[in-house]
Amino acid sequence: MYNINCDVAIVGGGPAGLAAAVSAKQEGANKVLIIERDNALGGILQQCIHPGFGLTRFNEELTGPEYYGRFVDKANEVGVDYLLNSMVLQVNGEDKTIICANSEYGLTLVNAKSIILAMGCRERTRANIVIPGTRPAGLYTAGSAQRLINRQNIMVGKKVVILGSGDIGMIMARRMSLEGAKVVMVVELMDYLAGLTRNRVQCLDDFGIPLKLAHTITRIEGNTRVTGVYVAPVDENKKPILSQEEFVECDTVLFSVGLIPENELSSKAGVLINKVTNGPSVDQYMQTSISGVFACGNVVHVNDLVDNVSAESEQAGKYAARYAMGNFPKTTGDVCCQTGKNVRYLCPHKLALSNEYDKVTLYFRVLSPKQNVTLTVRCGDNIIAKKKELRVSPGEMNSIKVDTSLITDDSITVDVIEGD
Amino acid sequence: MEKLIICTVCPRGCRITVSGDNGVVNSVEGYGCIRGKTYASNEFISPVRILTTTVKVEGLDNELLPVRSAKPLPKDKIFDCIDVIKGVTVKAPINRYDVIVKDICGTGIDMVATKNI
Repeated sequence: MYNINCDVAIVGGGPAGLAAAVSAKQEGANKVLIIERDNALGGILQQCIHPGFGLTRFNEELTGPEYYGRFVDKANEVGVDYLLNSMVLQVNGEDKTIICANSEYGLTLVNAKSIILAMGCRERTRANIVIPGTRPAGLYTAGSAQRLINRQNIMVGKKVVILGSGDIGMIMARRMSLEGAKVVMVVELMDYLAGLTRNRVQCLDDFGIPLKLAHTITRIEGNTRVTGVYVAPVDENKKPILSQEEFVECDTVLFSVGLIPENELSSKAGVLINKVTNGPSVDQYMQTSISGVFACGNVVHVNDLVDNVSAESEQAGKYAARYAMGNFPKTTGDVCCQTGKNVRYLCPHKLALSNEYDKVTLYFRVLSPKQNVTLTVRCGDNIIAKKKELRVSPGEMNSIKVDTSLITDDSITVDVIEGD
Repeated sequence: MEKLIICTVCPRGCRITVSGDNGVVNSVEGYGCIRGKTYASNEFISPVRILTTTVKVEGLDNELLPVRSAKPLPKDKIFDCIDVIKGVTVKAPINRYDVIVKDICGTGIDMVATKNI
């Protein structure tokens, strides 16, 4: 078997893997290797030709290719190595080896000193949400339609219904409209928008595409090709009200119904997976339950802004490099990060106590939309961080900074409370 | 005339109310920052959008070149611009920010490549 030795091995060359690689190299790791299954670096951003990336990080509005292009340039400048067309088959966390199939070398064994998991996420499909009906052609996840249209020059349909108001669904509504298709409607099960407001404005409102909140698709019709779908409003328990079902003619249905972190490799490696985020449970160094195995980006939790992915991945890259070089912070224990009022999940899931105090950013999502709220971090009876927000929504990630030197207990709790 | 504009400068999505007449803004309310105030005023007078799409690459059936307007274009010109870009085919090599269509539809704005091919 072909052998490669490196300090830091990174599974995945999307925005997370790229940012982690650059940061690991800058921290002083000698050989940093990205292993990527596609024929180019950039990951999903290669098909995200729309703008809206980089507003936080670069203070300008970039498209997906421009955003990852900057990181690829940087990776080349600092000397990151990469192995393309390589499918990772197995990650061994204990001995830090990776087995992958490369189109040139065949089966390849990568020996590393630390590993970063940056596999990103996968779309939920029609099967995941169980919609009854026939199985005709014309049913796509929004992301696969995006890849076909934006990278492979294959138009997927003419008259489209989109299920789910996630960002990819709305962006595809605009993209299909620009390519000459008629987008009949976007149907959303919840009574609020799943994606970012700016996408509603620029992708739906601009093109006069109706958004049906608190509705769902109840049936799909068509034998060889989709001929239409039945759409019905849902009650407060999200059950469709079938008496109000209506037929909507279309030849294509796009599903934008959520993303799932892609953790087959992590699970097989024995990495502890958090049940809410479906990603590895990590600390502020982005280290998983296996020492020397790190994870970052959408494989950990699904982000809405790539800018956050880059920031989090740089943290993973930095500490994976320090681990590989043998100067990782000496940890003395863990502090559990607990979800309090109106908080669905937190990332990182725990904080490692070490000889190095740090200002750690806790990312979290709320359970329900609220206005004029106070975000607090409690440790025992003390409030150790506090921040006000005009509005919070489950579709938009929130964050708060915590000074680890203020932690005196074995857990901290984040609450989102209305008022002061 | 009064118009509710949802700010798209950042993900916060402030709801800004702009009132005015004949392309003149009289008042802007509900903005969270100065960038939002500017956005809402501009959106009221003459809305603009960044246009992104792809163009064909000569000799490559399975690869497209993503392009963008270097600056935001007038919203009402978007479909005219799309019609122009549809007829364009480029030849590799192309570098990021190479001009693909100069001064598209007389807007004074160029369509540029967003990646290297």
